[in-house]
Amino acid sequence: MTRKLQVPLVTAEVDGQRVQVPEASTLLEAIRAAGKDVPTLCYHPVLEPIGACRICVVEVEGSRTLVPACIRRVEAGMRVRTDTPRVQLSRRMVVELLQGSVDTSLAPDVRRYAAEYGARPERWEPFAQEGPRAKHAPKVDNDLYVRDLDRCILCYRCVRACGEEVQNSFAIAVAGRGLAARIDPGFDLPLPDSACVFCGNCVAVCPTEALVPKTQFEMRRAGTWEEGRQQVVTTICPYCGVGCKLNLHVQDNRIVKVTAPLEDPITRGFLCVKGRFGWTYVHAGTAADPGGGAEPSTPPGNL
Amino acid sequence: MSAAPLRGWGVELQRLEHVPPPTPEEQQALERVWGHLGPEERVGRRDLLLPALWAVQEARGWISYPAAAAICRELGLPPAEVYGVASFYALLATEPRPRRMIHLCDDIVCMLRGAEALAQTLHRLLGDPIQEPAHGQAYGGISRADGAASGEGPLPSVGWSRSPCLGQCERGVAALVGERVLLGLSPEALEERVRAWLRGGEGLADATPAPTHLGWKGEGTPLLLARCGRIVPTSLEDYRALGGYEGLKRAMTIGPEATIQEVERSGLIGRGGAAFPTGRKWALAAREPPPRYVVCNADESEPGTFKDRVLLEKDPFSVIEGLTIAGYAVGAERGYLYIRGEYPEGYRVLLQALEFARAAGYLGKRILGTDFSFDIEVRRGAGAYVCGEETALFNSIEGFRADPRNRPPFPTQVGLFRRPTAINNVETLACVPPILARGGDWYARLGTERSKGTKLVCVSGHVARPGLYEVPFGVPIRTVVEDLAGGVPGGRRVQAVLCGGAAGTFLLPEELDTPLAVETLQALGAALGSGALVVFDERTDLWTVVERIARFFRDESCGQCVPCRVGTQRQLEVVAELRRGGGRVDPEVRRLLEELAQVMRDASICGLGQLAPNAVLSSLRLLGKRP
Amino acid sequence: MFGAGGGTNSYREMEETDLILLWGSNARETHPVMFLHMLKGVRRGARLIVVDPRRTSSAAFAHRWLPVRVGADIALANAMGRYILREGLLNEEFVREATEGFERYREAVEPYTLEYAEAVTGVPRELIAATAREYATAPRAMICWTLGITEHHNAVDTVFSLTNLALLTGHVGRYGSGLNPLRGQNNVQGGGDMGALPNRLVGFQDVEDPEVRARFERAWDCTIPPKAGWHLTAMYDAMEKGLLRGLYVIGENPVRSDANATRILRLFRELEFLVVQDIFLTATAELADVVLPAAAAWCESEGTVTSSERRVQRVRKALEPPGEARDDLWILQELAGRLGRPWDYPDAEAVWNEVRELSPLHRGMSYRRLEELGGIQWPCPSEDHPGELFLHGRLWKRPVEGPRAPFMPTHYEPPVDEVNEDYPLLLTTGRRLYFFNTGVQTALYRTPVPQEEYLVLHPRDAGRYGIAHGDRVRVCSRRGAVEATAWVESTVLPGLCFMTLHFPEKTPTNFLTVDAADPKSGTAEFKATAVRVEPVPRGRVLVEATREGAP
Repeated sequence: MTRKLQVPLVTAEVDGQRVQVPEASTLLEAIRAAGKDVPTLCYHPVLEPIGACRICVVEVEGSRTLVPACIRRVEAGMRVRTDTPRVQLSRRMVVELLQGSVDTSLAPDVRRYAAEYGARPERWEPFAQEGPRAKHAPKVDNDLYVRDLDRCILCYRCVRACGEEVQNSFAIAVAGRGLAARIDPGFDLPLPDSACVFCGNCVAVCPTEALVPKTQFEMRRAGTWEEGRQQVVTTICPYCGVGCKLNLHVQDNRIVKVTAPLEDPITRGFLCVKGRFGWTYVHAGTAADPGGGAEPSTPPGNL
Repeated sequence: MSAAPLRGWGVELQRLEHVPPPTPEEQQALERVWGHLGPEERVGRRDLLLPALWAVQEARGWISYPAAAAICRELGLPPAEVYGVASFYALLATEPRPRRMIHLCDDIVCMLRGAEALAQTLHRLLGDPIQEPAHGQAYGGISRADGAASGEGPLPSVGWSRSPCLGQCERGVAALVGERVLLGLSPEALEERVRAWLRGGEGLADATPAPTHLGWKGEGTPLLLARCGRIVPTSLEDYRALGGYEGLKRAMTIGPEATIQEVERSGLIGRGGAAFPTGRKWALAAREPPPRYVVCNADESEPGTFKDRVLLEKDPFSVIEGLTIAGYAVGAERGYLYIRGEYPEGYRVLLQALEFARAAGYLGKRILGTDFSFDIEVRRGAGAYVCGEETALFNSIEGFRADPRNRPPFPTQVGLFRRPTAINNVETLACVPPILARGGDWYARLGTERSKGTKLVCVSGHVARPGLYEVPFGVPIRTVVEDLAGGVPGGRRVQAVLCGGAAGTFLLPEELDTPLAVETLQALGAALGSGALVVFDERTDLWTVVERIARFFRDESCGQCVPCRVGTQRQLEVVAELRRGGGRVDPEVRRLLEELAQVMRDASICGLGQLAPNAVLSSLRLLGKRP
Repeated sequence: MFGAGGGTNSYREMEETDLILLWGSNARETHPVMFLHMLKGVRRGARLIVVDPRRTSSAAFAHRWLPVRVGADIALANAMGRYILREGLLNEEFVREATEGFERYREAVEPYTLEYAEAVTGVPRELIAATAREYATAPRAMICWTLGITEHHNAVDTVFSLTNLALLTGHVGRYGSGLNPLRGQNNVQGGGDMGALPNRLVGFQDVEDPEVRARFERAWDCTIPPKAGWHLTAMYDAMEKGLLRGLYVIGENPVRSDANATRILRLFRELEFLVVQDIFLTATAELADVVLPAAAAWCESEGTVTSSERRVQRVRKALEPPGEARDDLWILQELAGRLGRPWDYPDAEAVWNEVRELSPLHRGMSYRRLEELGGIQWPCPSEDHPGELFLHGRLWKRPVEGPRAPFMPTHYEPPVDEVNEDYPLLLTTGRRLYFFNTGVQTALYRTPVPQEEYLVLHPRDAGRYGIAHGDRVRVCSRRGAVEATAWVESTVLPGLCFMTLHFPEKTPTNFLTVDAADPKSGTAEFKATAVRVEPVPRGRVLVEATREGAP
């Protein structure tokens, strides 16, 4: 089983440094192989790249435009520059455009890049119009996760996770066009009437809390969400026999969120509804039951 | 995206079992789309999605949830994706909408002809325009289960919306109403019509529109316009009598490789805007493994551009023959012709011409007795400028949202249905039959060193004879504007000429002596683009024009990448503010626009975003220096 | 299988196999994350063939769905076997070198012609033939199944009918080829590993083998009864006969989860002494003389569980258990001490190290290695062993290492509970995505669909019995009657209907089910109950079968 295929290598140059990577590697992979990095937003390590957010752009010698590193394949002899003023301008602008169009306050990556590239979204404010940036209330149409589309940067990660790459539910897609494009289950259906199976795998890949577990959403509102005080304990899901690893996020002896470790080859970070949301019973009947029960059929509470 | 989706795979369609059936009229419309395909054969035919959406849109005036659910069941598609596609297009409605919609063109050229007065008339008669969610209002109340209108009371019978350029610039103001395009509209005529419709009548017979001025000048002309207006467009006899199908015969005599060589020798470059050598494109596609496709891009949507419409309406066989030769050369068995939804007349003419071509053995099995079999399918767009971008066009045909794809890979390797594809513009393909018939060397003698042959130029705006003109490359722009189109009427002076449509650049009056050629315009920092020249006289408020262009791009951005999705909005906001402020551009604002422009050019996925700042930036050359 | 009680393949092999025969399993809903591995395989070109009486959500992803009649799986498998033989598609070398009992198998499947199978199973003959051909000729192929195979009165035979197909074609013991029972609970596999079976000691070692017993007796300083114990059904029979009068139940809710609940309730009431150890006061616990409140094993205590791919993984304590709830290990040690055996395991790891001493399968799995490797698949006989991706590679050694794999000829028998005029529909049971077993855990999160039992039935039957989608209906079997809401849908074939066991307090489905059980495994035939369905007049809110007892 350890038979290794001989993959031909290609040589490219990253910021003047020669690097050898397997054929069909992306520029991002080559850049990382060279010990460098570029910022990414729509890129996610377990999803296919789509090159939509354009923050990972780099200069490639001979190319008229900048090139998205996440999706472009390395070619032999390519000379790549990852941090020129031209590149920095694009990255700063992408961050400014995002910050000016949605609420990125809970998007740690965007905030980090904003600081790194010196984004000044306020310089667009004198020109801002009300209409196209109208705010929408968070959509709370079920008790497991919330859609706060004002935070959505349209990275398509959720759509990819819901679609053929992972979950194959195809419950959400991009609807509308241009600035009005948004993630929608179709015909503006509430999620429970859609094809959604509430695996929360979209939530797992969302980089901005546009999709967020309801527990987290409510604790944030109440001001009690304190990531710094949370411990993460890895265990195994209590339901079926697949053996998914769960990361239990625990605050004050309570589970506040469940995720799955990306590096686990069984889940790759993806779970089903029971694994991600079906944990509330361990707190049933105790004070501040976070999930509560829908007419529990069993007397709640440990004895 | 990984492997091609399986047939109807993974869609848990039982979820749709309890959605009510579509209305009988919706059902009948869908049956016509399915045609002879049995239920098993429909599943997985995602490429039938757009035709199916069109069918129910026309049957009811909007796409109801039950109708969409029926499409999902038949094609095996998830509702979210069907909605994602339906809501992408301006001509498709996912909310109840009046059956008769007036899509009034208020784009740059019709604007010059008084479109705003017509908009006021419609506003007075019909109230606010109905804009699709794609254009602003992101969330509407949408009725679902029952498929009935969600609002209070019955739907009005007539509604209206503002439309981007309808490609009728030489004879506007134009409005698209169902399968008709109303032309040369005046506020009075429009009011009379609308009142008739509101009373339930059909209104007046369409007035005969002003004829499209056609003209030519210089060596080799008329080549593309030789038949236009001189033949019955759908008459194969007429077409053949004037040299039709000689090109295909010659191609079949010399074989596919030699055909490609002939086109390469002609120096023909693409007429859609990108100016890529056509022969090389074919050669690249031909060396990839089959099946291969050829596609004709007839999604002409660049504001100010109407040449493809004229060719399709007046000489459809020339395009059909060109595409057939392309199919022969590339080794394709199937060609697609994608025509924009706003060209109902072109669509009708094409369908008929294709039928005649098939009946005469120019399409179908074993064409002209050879072992080459080839047929052409026509697909209709539904209101999206971005579909003119070739990879977006592929996605549109395939039934996906028309988001452009990242490249590489290029269409010649991974194109339509992920297969090697040669895609060419209408005018490009119309050049092919004469090249084959008369030889590539003959063609290469026309034009300039780097721009071979003749070019169709759409002249509109403030000229005496707006129309379509053919000249060999190298003729000064002034010749086209003044000699052929008659110059600015009323003795007024030219303020600027927008060259290449909304994605183009403003030329100053002193630049009009530039020869019309790819290389000369490039030297000016401009581009020929689609071959549109919109002339603005000295009285025009150019800021209004620039703002309309900025709005056009904001409305037409697919929304996929950040620089274009948000950048077009920011650009519009700044331009609007500048116009309101009387046009003063201080250096800081100028830098802001320039930075944004650079990022949109550098980092957008496709040409739409990359070209969106062109007109704005070039207008600063004219306007920025004013006090 | 062939001496080892576990699935032979790993999930990652599902991504690289050429054909998956998913038989009697709706893995899309019951094993969702594992199904994602199957989908990856399908995306890469594997064929997925689903055998199920229902057009399940798994079948929505399949290249082919074989709508087998409930309980006719043996006839289907035997017909496939016969077809493979007739067409010469068997793996002759493998059959000759690695198996035994082939001739008896050949004779046994001879009557199962395609025509006969079509008549019995309801699956069109060409689908049977095509499936057999594809399975036999695929370079790699695996069969995966769940309770659709094992919840029958002839469960073990049905499993044999599938393993016979693998032996016939050589689809076992290789990467991407094998036989995989998908485990329904997070530690069903681990329970078996640990000897929580009537005839096994830790590590699947035979309790009736004196040498094995001797080793355990030395380690434990006690005498182990030399005969296999009772499985669940046998225990109920023993309770019936008064042979079993006291019961200690840990983490199970049998009065809700076992078939013919009326009888189970009676048997539990008649017990002289009942101890229940659970995290909730379940319906079973309500009947107990003593209730021992336990910590939730997966998040309030330390230990290991074993998954369907034989992977032993660590569970860890994230929370302090509430109130007086205690770790299972603590409770058991306290009990042992009071019973005069003072055990002394300071922690779960100490127990595990004893497992490693006694079970060769687990010997190499130290806690340290389990942490480092993120889990290890048994067998792992030594600390330098990486664990096994797939089992039975030995069958491909020449000569075969160890015993040959035996063909086990089987014959079709219809389900016990007969459909007739009075009970014209066949009810089958299963799980739904959002819920789990008797709902003890899943009743307590806010599911996006109602916590309500549905009777899924075909539009034709709904029409026949005057039932509309959403109506309340009464479902009656020979043993009881319950109410549910009608869900009219074509995912079941006419004549078949479907319910779950998820809402036993409102709709105790097991009042309907039959306790006919497989004599070898002791599993009851949950999958086949003859029922009658009638509309409930509006306004009537009577549930005849209540938790109080029989109607």
